[in-house]
Amino acid sequence: MIISNFFSYLFIMAGVTYLVRALPFVIFRGRIENTFIKSFLYYMPYAVLGAMTFPAILFSTGNYISSVAGLIVACLAAFKEKSLLIVAIFACFTALVINLVCMLY
Amino acid sequence: MKDFKKGLIDGIPIALGYISVSFTFGLQAISTGLTWWEAVMISFMNLTSAGQFAGLDIMLRGGGFWIEMACTQFIINLRYALMSLSLSQKADKSVKGMHRWLISFGITDEIFAVSIGNNGEVSNKYLYGIILLPLLGWTGGTLLGAAAGNILPSVVRDSLGIAIYGMFIAIIVPPAKKNPAIFKVVIISILLSCIFKWMPVLNYVSSGFVIIICTVISASIGAIFFPVKEEKE
Repeated sequence: MIISNFFSYLFIMAGVTYLVRALPFVIFRGRIENTFIKSFLYYMPYAVLGAMTFPAILFSTGNYISSVAGLIVACLAAFKEKSLLIVAIFACFTALVINLVCMLY
Repeated sequence: MKDFKKGLIDGIPIALGYISVSFTFGLQAISTGLTWWEAVMISFMNLTSAGQFAGLDIMLRGGGFWIEMACTQFIINLRYALMSLSLSQKADKSVKGMHRWLISFGITDEIFAVSIGNNGEVSNKYLYGIILLPLLGWTGGTLLGAAAGNILPSVVRDSLGIAIYGMFIAIIVPPAKKNPAIFKVVIISILLSCIFKWMPVLNYVSSGFVIIICTVISASIGAIFFPVKEEKE
């Protein structure tokens, strides 16, 4: 790749990505009072995470069986209110075990 | 220091998840003809997954697609604007001036989600703490993927792919268990997301857009039907 092209693309990418993040964060300093917007912002994180997790989690380990197993274990651990790190490790470990079993058989 | 340390700890699972994803980015960047330091620079300056993979495709086509690059990044990353707005309401008084310009660089899906999962407000030290390790993990994972190819056996790499989603589940489930409104909003969002994945025609919509559409619809439904009362966290 030609270097000048690379740097042009790099600065466009990084610049747009940064401004999209920075402007709302810098502009909105005060507390928002409108009930709809407050409620929207209250639910938004959970909505984002739901949409990002499903169905993507099913394709996250290269194997449906290990993904579903990891999903189930993660839900159980989360239901018992384990910490983020613990839930993530349980999910990875479960997926790894199932992936290894699948490799052997 | 307590806040910074808590941020660092909260950042560990994010960083682990990032290493596995950015590893793939490093591999792919090399295979499409970039050098290792170009791949590392992209990761260090962008700190975003979907946008970088899409950017790689455009770079491949050679020079001249400047506007397309800008528009693609804008659309894929527009969700960060929603997250920034939401996080701006969660940040305490210490997050002011230059801190706003610096911290906003590190607002990713995962960092946002974990920060917002804290009880009460978050300070600038916490936010710096939670950004640090994921940024290193994202950049370092890219370097590993670009420089060394297959350091990790693929079965381990594949299994690490679920780490990020495990974290998401850990954030969603406890509040959804206690608050039926959150539970309903999450279910609506998941259903919409699945429709966009598997419905013909709709499955052509880019993943960044899908997340925005699902989020806006389900959070609006939540806000209309279950408005949050004052003084309720």
